[in-house]
Amino acid sequence: MCLGIPGQIVEIADATRKLAIVEVMGVRRQVNVACILKDEPIESLIGAWSLIHVGFAMSRINEEEAALTLDILRQLGEAQEEIEAMRASERMLAS
Amino acid sequence: MKYADEFRDPVAARGVLAAIARVTDEIGATKDKPVHIMEICGGHTHAIFRYGLDKLTPPGLEFIHGPGCPVCVLPMSRIDECVEIAERPGVIMTTFGDAMRVPGRRKSLIQAKADGADVRMVYSPLDALELARRHPDREVVFFGLGFETTTPSTALTILQAAADNQTNFSIFCNHITVPPPIKALLDDPHMVLDGFVGPGHVSMVIGIHPYDFIARDYGKPIVVAGFEPLDLLQSVLMVLEQIRDGRAEVQNQYARVVPDDGNPVSIAACAEVYEPRPSFEWRGLGEIDASGLRIRPKYAAFDAEVKFGIGYGKGPRAVAEPEGCRCGDVMTGRIKPHACPQFGKGCTPEMPLGALMVSSEGACAAYYQYGGLRLEEAV
Repeated sequence: MCLGIPGQIVEIADATRKLAIVEVMGVRRQVNVACILKDEPIESLIGAWSLIHVGFAMSRINEEEAALTLDILRQLGEAQEEIEAMRASERMLAS
Repeated sequence: MKYADEFRDPVAARGVLAAIARVTDEIGATKDKPVHIMEICGGHTHAIFRYGLDKLTPPGLEFIHGPGCPVCVLPMSRIDECVEIAERPGVIMTTFGDAMRVPGRRKSLIQAKADGADVRMVYSPLDALELARRHPDREVVFFGLGFETTTPSTALTILQAAADNQTNFSIFCNHITVPPPIKALLDDPHMVLDGFVGPGHVSMVIGIHPYDFIARDYGKPIVVAGFEPLDLLQSVLMVLEQIRDGRAEVQNQYARVVPDDGNPVSIAACAEVYEPRPSFEWRGLGEIDASGLRIRPKYAAFDAEVKFGIGYGKGPRAVAEPEGCRCGDVMTGRIKPHACPQFGKGCTPEMPLGALMVSSEGACAAYYQYGGLRLEEAV
């Protein structure tokens, strides 16, 4: 919950609500990107990496930092927990 | 035991470990008279145990595990109140997985679910808001908790709910902030801390200046750290060097993620939605002034405490800890987890009695997972 997980922004879902689709370890989900937007158009975020905390992109990071952080999170078992929580939440909403 | 060879850059790790040993020696710290460094963040506690950093560093250096695991410091009374809301007719209670397992006086949320309450685990408060959209006939409550890292997510969700005029959605707000308990620990006459390793992702949001008082008013060093083992070791070395040199500064080892001024959008959203409570109860630490956040009256329509007439100021608060549970003593560094009579017996990660056993970021769960049995044998 407290440790963010790196994800790559692949698509803009709703520009008004500042929602984008990120890919985290092969899993896609919608996140809010308000916290990492400055004055640039939201589309410029496509391809960018960010730390994702409970559905919110909180800090832009570079690709190398993303890979290193993911590695650590895997070793701590936190990455698997985050992915499972994302999937469980999606299943719950679909049910 | 883990070895430095496991690290990404073993040569660098060995170099830093050698420097830590040297500086600890220069300070004059020994096993009997150690230098005490507190890692505030539960994520750091987990990493220290996972990589065995406490075994790789010299005996003259002792880690004290701080209060930085939000589910671990949540008082039982708040769980009780949350269960009470969850059991109301028409309510869907939502929260993060860890929070569902924290024991309350009567039951945890997961037990409430087993007893028929509609309690659902969500990954994000945004999913709770989505659930409210899909169930307009139900009241969806999100049990919001966490430090400054998760606080903006709840604030932004409330702002979205307000923009959408989503009237069947509210937050049971249990957000807390890092600096006040640090001040409380520093004000405790029994506390023997010499320096701090500061939280990484909390600081990503608030920046490093909220820690200025630690250096300025208490003369203690603090270094904001990343989560790689090498980040942690470098940060510990930076703290030790400050101690040796008689300096007290706020330093940022994790500048690649943490801007000194934090994240302005998050800070603005939190200021808009929350105000500090006069005080908030922390498990093991008691009431701490201005350490918790509540929703401002402007957003009362999204405040579960207002909607359900439950919470602070609404009833008696003192709730005793479970029999034999010594979470409070562990939290303040008075005893190590394995010195608790319930450790590994009446209290395990599968069946937690105290909150420190619930989350992988809790000191007791970390001891249990990465060496509790070995330590227990050694006692």
